[in-house]
Amino acid sequence: MALRRRRRPGPELTASLTGGAPGLPAPSQLELDRRAFRARRSRRSTLVALVSTLVFAVVVYVGVTNSPGWPRVQTTFFSLSNAREAFPDILRGLWLNVQVLVIGGLCVLVLGLGIAVLRTLRGPAFAPLRLLATGYVDLFRGMPLIITLYLVGFGLPALRLQGLPTSPFVLGTLAIVLTYSAYVAEVFRAGIESVHPSQRAAARSLGLSHRQTTRIVVLPQAVRNVTPALLNDFVALQKDVGLISVLGAVDAVRAAQIEVGQTFNFTPYVVAGLLFVLLAVPSARIADGVAARARRRQQSGSVL
Amino acid sequence: MSAVLDVRGVVKAFGDNVVLRGVDLSVDEHQVVALIGGSGSGKSTLLRCTSLLETVDDGQVLLDGEDVTDPRVDADAVRRRLGVVFQAFNLFPHMTVLDNVTLAPTVVHGRSRADAREEAHALLTRIGLADKAGEYPDRLSGGQQQRVAIARALAVHPRVLLLDEITSALDPELVGEVLRVVREVAAQGMTIVMATHEMGFAKQVADTVCFLDQGVVLESGPPEQVLGEPVEARTRQFLSRVIDAGRL
Ligand SMILES: Nc1ncnc2c1ncn2[C@@H]1O[C@H](COP(=O)(O)OP(=O)(O)O)[C@@H](O)[C@H]1O
Ligand SMILES: [Mg+2]
Repeated sequence: MALRRRRRPGPELTASLTGGAPGLPAPSQLELDRRAFRARRSRRSTLVALVSTLVFAVVVYVGVTNSPGWPRVQTTFFSLSNAREAFPDILRGLWLNVQVLVIGGLCVLVLGLGIAVLRTLRGPAFAPLRLLATGYVDLFRGMPLIITLYLVGFGLPALRLQGLPTSPFVLGTLAIVLTYSAYVAEVFRAGIESVHPSQRAAARSLGLSHRQTTRIVVLPQAVRNVTPALLNDFVALQKDVGLISVLGAVDAVRAAQIEVGQTFNFTPYVVAGLLFVLLAVPSARIADGVAARARRRQQSGSVL
Repeated sequence: MSAVLDVRGVVKAFGDNVVLRGVDLSVDEHQVVALIGGSGSGKSTLLRCTSLLETVDDGQVLLDGEDVTDPRVDADAVRRRLGVVFQAFNLFPHMTVLDNVTLAPTVVHGRSRADAREEAHALLTRIGLADKAGEYPDRLSGGQQQRVAIARALAVHPRVLLLDEITSALDPELVGEVLRVVREVAAQGMTIVMATHEMGFAKQVADTVCFLDQGVVLESGPPEQVLGEPVEARTRQFLSRVIDAGRL
């Protein structure tokens, strides 16, 4: 949709737009004409966008509902009675997904940050740690998540080691954390490297140690620079937590699967899918907002 | 009087590029030394070697008689005794002006927050920025940012203040306000080494001017002599270029 939203003007902007600020001369005829033209143009593009969206929606609706297979698709994928019946179980399953999401998300942040810091350590003394961190990232970023899930979920319990968890919930979370930490570590590393070396020099010349410099000066700026990217990864994580169902954890996807197996009606999948979408919408909007704010801040900051 | 800072035969190379070929420089307490020299002559490199941001390839730097280029010396402890101001300000953008100034006193020197804040306010008042304490650096003009950077360096009570072309990133009309602060700091007895292109300022404030050329201090002495009646042909050449550029 091409609806362009204007940023709401701040107090100082409002004053200049209305032309009523004390000390500001009344706008000239030229400026008034320009403003009138801008308003007209923006009204027209809003109208065009609205109409074209509407036309598109109608065409799709008519096309789909008139297709020969539609009645059958409607009953197998969009059956209201099936949806109502499956809903409570799926919702209960979704709660498990939310738990994996929250616990896993926090672990990913900590582990990812730790690995990123290890990868940026300089000096020969840290070479083994650096190598280890690099190897970790290469391994888990390259391995498909589903395979990591199988290996961790079925491989670890097969070792029959005392004290090792066997619940699919724990193992699934572990596999997701392993994979996502590798991605998030790279995001953090990019953030750390985006902080100009002169910032480090300034901190060191004040007598801050390497560790203090990293913690107080570099990391806060790095995190601020990569927050939009992190939120994007969070949205991705939100749907990938549904994959723990392959280990048999009764989450939203698995609950839907069980329902489908009993009725041979696919509506529960649609219900589960829509619930995941609903879960993701708020984070996606927050991510948009944060990204927009970061852009504005970068534009307003003077270079020197 | 013994030297606060004593640079002895310092050599520094970046790969094949030998930037310093044995630099000697001695700075007494309360003295202001101006480093002049063409762009790329190694002024910044010399200051970075002094503040241990670079390791020297030969020679020594003595701070209060202690050889700080000895690898057994704790570099962080040495830097605590120095104040550095860079050409590009390098304030921390995620901290307010006040936090920038109180960071080192609290985190490095272990002073109480209240104590550090009080002194920071006094410093900011001195440089005319008391009302900007709560602002973030990107809301300040270049001249204001550079004055804050000076306050940040002074907040740790350094033995020596190292200034690296602190006005060359500024608009001409902002240079004056920054130099005024430096002049005042010098008048209060701070020991200063400053790399500068402002020959007029060097003439007024410096006790000694050192001309750095091809990796050595080619000529040094009182400003009237080095800037007025230079002995070396290369110094004269450099100064005439500077005069042509309208900076004397
Ligand atoms: N970190 C570095 N790596 C490689 N070369 C450098 C580095 N820093 C400075 N140089 C080189 O050292 C020389 C002197 O630079 P500098 O000390 O910045 O000169 P000045 O401050 O007098 O203009 C230049 O040729 C520059 O390219
Ligand atoms: Mg320089």
